[in-house]
Amino acid sequence: MIEVNDIHKSFGDAHVLKGISTVFENGKTNLIIGQSGSGKTVFLKCLLGLFYPEEGDIVYDGNSYASLPDNEKRNLRQEIGMVFQGSALFDSMTVAGNVMFPLEMFTKQSKSEMTDRVDAVLKRVNLIDAHHKFPSEISGGMQKRVAIARAIVMNPKYLFCDEPNSGLDPKTAILIDNLIKEITEEYDITTVINTHDMNSVMQIGEKILFLKDGLKEWEGTKNEIFKTDNKSVTDFVYSSDLFKKVRQMYIEERN
Amino acid sequence: MNYLASIGSYATMVREVFKKPTKWRIMKSLILKEIDELIYGSLGIIIFISFFIGAVVAIQTALNLTNPLIPRNLIGFATRQSVILEFAPTFVSVIMAGKVGSYITSSIGTMRVTEQIDALEVMGVNSLNYLVFPKIIAMLFYPFAIAISMYVGIFGGWFAGVFGGFLTSANFVEGLQMDFVPFHIGYAFIKTLIFAFAIATIPSYHGYYMKGGALEVGKASTTSFVWTSVVIIILNYLLTQLLLG
Repeated sequence: MIEVNDIHKSFGDAHVLKGISTVFENGKTNLIIGQSGSGKTVFLKCLLGLFYPEEGDIVYDGNSYASLPDNEKRNLRQEIGMVFQGSALFDSMTVAGNVMFPLEMFTKQSKSEMTDRVDAVLKRVNLIDAHHKFPSEISGGMQKRVAIARAIVMNPKYLFCDEPNSGLDPKTAILIDNLIKEITEEYDITTVINTHDMNSVMQIGEKILFLKDGLKEWEGTKNEIFKTDNKSVTDFVYSSDLFKKVRQMYIEERN
Repeated sequence: MNYLASIGSYATMVREVFKKPTKWRIMKSLILKEIDELIYGSLGIIIFISFFIGAVVAIQTALNLTNPLIPRNLIGFATRQSVILEFAPTFVSVIMAGKVGSYITSSIGTMRVTEQIDALEVMGVNSLNYLVFPKIIAMLFYPFAIAISMYVGIFGGWFAGVFGGFLTSANFVEGLQMDFVPFHIGYAFIKTLIFAFAIATIPSYHGYYMKGGALEVGKASTTSFVWTSVVIIILNYLLTQLLLG
């Protein structure tokens, strides 16, 4: 479980996060949504420890990140898996090399143990034939799956994903969404996904946090998002014709 | 003030490079890869440039020795001094600032743009140690490349002098041995090691702290070449004054 307590973050004069508090629970897919510039990425980078909030605190299973000594911060980071927007795979390594990287860096496993673990994880993301390929030789969807495999290879407690569907066709996007959801339940991890894809919200969102101008504007479940009267949320969610029709149907059903 | 901030930031980066080392098993392979990329991969251009620089120094010296009282073996002497003291350590280092420096900036800069550095940090890896330390260690082998440059440069001078009909081979060898000061070799290698550190770290700094996209990677490479060259030229002046002055 991750508890976020009133975090603030500024860059020069720009006050990007203006006091956000929330809780992300274990075994659930938590989605952060909001328009571009709402502070989603900065918020995610604060959760990852890449940015330090000036005020407030982030507590990982009872451990306040700010008060942890440096070595424990690094240990905590080894319990974090991250899927970056552009996958962030290491170009100079093969698919297997990318997935094996955290094991080589942080474990004392033998080569055969590491190979077995990499095989198992790649099988889990349906990429068993791509071992020896380089990231430039595989599709965007496959790169995302490799990134997920690398993120879960160390059995993380926390999984963060930044726009996991960006640049993917709708069918592949659904596959990636489902894969993240399955892995979250299977490994009982706390998953936080940064997205502006409403399909993802409907597909896998269990808890949704809506950010606007660096503040938490709304939070709730995917069922509650249809009922809310918060104008910012409805403007965002129903910006597409498809979702306007879905809302219309919902209101008609309710009446 | 920006320059001062950059110098401070560079010093902080260098300190971070030596903190929290990466596992030796991984670091060893990274160092070998960098030696292959930065040193072995540069030998071709170093040999090519050194040969022709040595040849041109010999020809220029020969063409300017119009007084018949000046012995021809001075061509060998001048070639040796020019190549060992300046052309091999300094001129080749400026070339390397372009060749190796732009490679370092663009490779680290691309990793920054594509969030690969963020990925390392999120995993708990000291990205500066992982990326920059192997380059610094690999550049410790740079004096070997400069030794080859000295040898080839002098050979180029001999080739141009003898086959250009300016002096005999014996004259050239006599000039090479004339008034030889062994410390000059030491001076050249001290300079080379310091330049090697600059060539490994300044482009790394420009790549690591760059912001933006692909266009900015190109700009950062150019900026790193300019600054590395400027630092090499200034260090060359200071070291020459300190060690030979």
